[in-house]
Amino acid sequence: MGVDLALIWAMIIVFGIMMYVVMDGFDLGIGMLFPFVKEEAKRDVMMNTVAPVWDGNETWLVLGGACLFGAFPLAYSVVLDALSMPLLLMLIGLIFRGVAFEFRFKSKDHERHLWDKAFIGGSLTATICQGMALGAFIEGFPVVDRQYAGGPLDWITPFSIFCGLALIVAYTLLGCTWLIMKTEGSLQTQMRRLATPLAWLLLVVIGAISIWTPLAHSSIAQRWFSLPNFFWFMPVPILVLLSLVMLLRAVKIDAHVTPFLFTLLLIFLGYSGLGISLWPNIIPPSISIWQAAAPPQSQGFMLVGALFIIPFILGYTAWSYYVFRGKVTHDQGYH
Amino acid sequence: MFGLDAFELARIQFAFTISFHIIFPAITIGLASYLAVLEGLWLKTQQAVYRDLYHFWSKIFAVNFGMGVVSGLVMAYQFGTNWSRFSDFAGSVTGPLLTYEVLTAFFLEAGFLGVMLFGWTRVGRGLHFFATVMVAIGTLLSTFWILASNSWMQTPQGHAIVDGRVIPVDWFAVVFNPSFPYRLTHMAIAAFLSTAFLVGASAAWQLLRGRDNPAVRKMLSMAMWMALFVAPIQVLVGDAHGLNTMKYQPAKIAAIEGHWENKAGEGVPLILFGWPDMQRETIRFAVEIPRLGSLILTHSLDQPIPALKDFAPRDRPNATIVFWSFRIMVGLGLLMIAVGLCSAWLRWRGRLYQSILFLRFVLAMGASGIVALLAGWFTTEVGRQPWVVYGLLRTREGVSNHGALQMSVSLIIFILVYLSVFGVGVRYLLRLIRKGPLSAETHPSGGPGQQRSPARPLSAVLEDIDDDADADIKGRNNSSDQSDESRS
Repeated sequence: MGVDLALIWAMIIVFGIMMYVVMDGFDLGIGMLFPFVKEEAKRDVMMNTVAPVWDGNETWLVLGGACLFGAFPLAYSVVLDALSMPLLLMLIGLIFRGVAFEFRFKSKDHERHLWDKAFIGGSLTATICQGMALGAFIEGFPVVDRQYAGGPLDWITPFSIFCGLALIVAYTLLGCTWLIMKTEGSLQTQMRRLATPLAWLLLVVIGAISIWTPLAHSSIAQRWFSLPNFFWFMPVPILVLLSLVMLLRAVKIDAHVTPFLFTLLLIFLGYSGLGISLWPNIIPPSISIWQAAAPPQSQGFMLVGALFIIPFILGYTAWSYYVFRGKVTHDQGYH
Repeated sequence: MFGLDAFELARIQFAFTISFHIIFPAITIGLASYLAVLEGLWLKTQQAVYRDLYHFWSKIFAVNFGMGVVSGLVMAYQFGTNWSRFSDFAGSVTGPLLTYEVLTAFFLEAGFLGVMLFGWTRVGRGLHFFATVMVAIGTLLSTFWILASNSWMQTPQGHAIVDGRVIPVDWFAVVFNPSFPYRLTHMAIAAFLSTAFLVGASAAWQLLRGRDNPAVRKMLSMAMWMALFVAPIQVLVGDAHGLNTMKYQPAKIAAIEGHWENKAGEGVPLILFGWPDMQRETIRFAVEIPRLGSLILTHSLDQPIPALKDFAPRDRPNATIVFWSFRIMVGLGLLMIAVGLCSAWLRWRGRLYQSILFLRFVLAMGASGIVALLAGWFTTEVGRQPWVVYGLLRTREGVSNHGALQMSVSLIIFILVYLSVFGVGVRYLLRLIRKGPLSAETHPSGGPGQQRSPARPLSAVLEDIDDDADADIKGRNNSSDQSDESRS
């Protein structure tokens, strides 16, 4: 068959994870910004800025899991096995976050703070676990006889903990700039003040990871610093710096939409950098997408449904965001 | 934990999370079809009672749907985290089927759920009815895919084994494997009956509290028609399913029957009750009816049926569990038929809505459908052990290589989180049900990208989690700006 199904499926899954990161990132970030905002009314507004769209994330998360299972069963089994503890904690965090989200709106005033805490705790747990899982993924998994051969706590390393913290910074900045875009008044001012230090912090963590990974993994150093790759990939760090400058400037001149867009660009560039480092491995350090692929009759069978339904889900998502454009104020709310 | 090894703990964890999960989709399937029927009847007869019931049950549908989504999130990952060797072995077949199930569910959510939950005042009647019907069909389609996956694991075909892993060869054969039609039918009907008995019990509760109105009566009446006609059909389907199981999984039948060995020329008795003892290879305290076992399973008086001693001890399922879970399921099924017959008699005598004793019986049977459904799943899942893919991969060979400590911790976390989170959810559901249908229910507006959106089905419900019923009714009358009065 002339079509490289494994490549197509890898693209779909990479795209799905990117969608997840972008769409869940800012609302997990809002959960982590809750402690900085004490007033109930403002918290209501923060919730209302994501209420119509936060659901999108779980779609991509479930879809990503199921597609990985069907298209790359080996990767699904090894990676999930190795990461079972952080993933378990992440799911628990997401459950609490999701349920808190709904029941916060439906609870009495004296109980609301409990759901607030569940929302904060859930967001924080989910984020740090995702970051640590990502860090552990970059570091790679020992595989013997198609089975994960490491220990249950191998995912806890200095690097993975750093990645967990890095993701907290990234998601919080996403949430912060999202709120700059979607709100006005004192809440927006408060967020604008937070955005600058967060942006610098994000630069620091991106820089640290960019130095740390090639130092720790010679194959990643090889990928970036050999010729002619170096020239091909050079735009990525340059663009990172450029978009950070633009982001800081946009915050300074009181722009509403562009800070969020530049943060998205930053996240996208960081994601691309990781892609460059790891490609084409789906189980780092050495198992490629082709080695882990399900047979073509499985991938082809799935592709029929995916190509039909994924555009539909994308259209629905775009429609949701279109309907939800504009600012959110206190009086237009769920309640 | 309790002397269990990591493998047994992984099984308990799977059983716990899937049992919790399946309750919500089962009610979703049943309610979706019920709502389609209600709306169809409303359009046909224009009786307000159908419209009121539609609005009432669509709120419960929304919350229940939300619970199903949340509990389903865990299932998409558990195969990989705890059953990695199974996932690698069979992922090429079960993975795509699971993907189709997920895709169907999201298609449904994106396409029709919004219109169904929020479109009452915004789209035409025909279009709204179409959306409801599509949601009902969609839930059944999701069932189709996930049961195709499960049935293939029970009666695999249409595959080849290459390099020690399963490769799909003929997808049609994979999906339409021998046990699939029976399992799908049995499960769909079980979902309908679970819902009917839930609906019936909620009506009985209202009537027992003296809250008698046409909507409550209609609920009870419809539920009882289901009990009268569908419960017996389920017995017939179950019987056919059993014969299919005897052909493809004889060890499961032997365990269900608690039958250890055949004696030449003698018919097999039906053991009503007893205690299958796996160590002693016998059944203790058996109460049996001669030859009935042969009659039911072979439709003759002296044919042998599969016996546990025909299988090596390592190939036998745990008969103690299966024997009893099967009897719980059948016992509840017979009680459901009894409810149906009582209802027919009382209906004929004109006392269906007045007989306190009968209403209490119906109330007590409220969870019977769900319990029977779980017992049935325990029967079929424990009964196919020691295989996870029947005849191809033993369950013990499919598990991840985790330690007992790790599995204990994760199991405890799951139990605590599920009980607290879904405890609140179920309490909220029961609170909604307790309120009962009201005339001219409010119907919130919403849609993709609005504050109330179909992908967050809980937002379709206005009630607070802790309001008591009376306060809530008051609050609602003040805020019913979106009442469907404007349309009807």
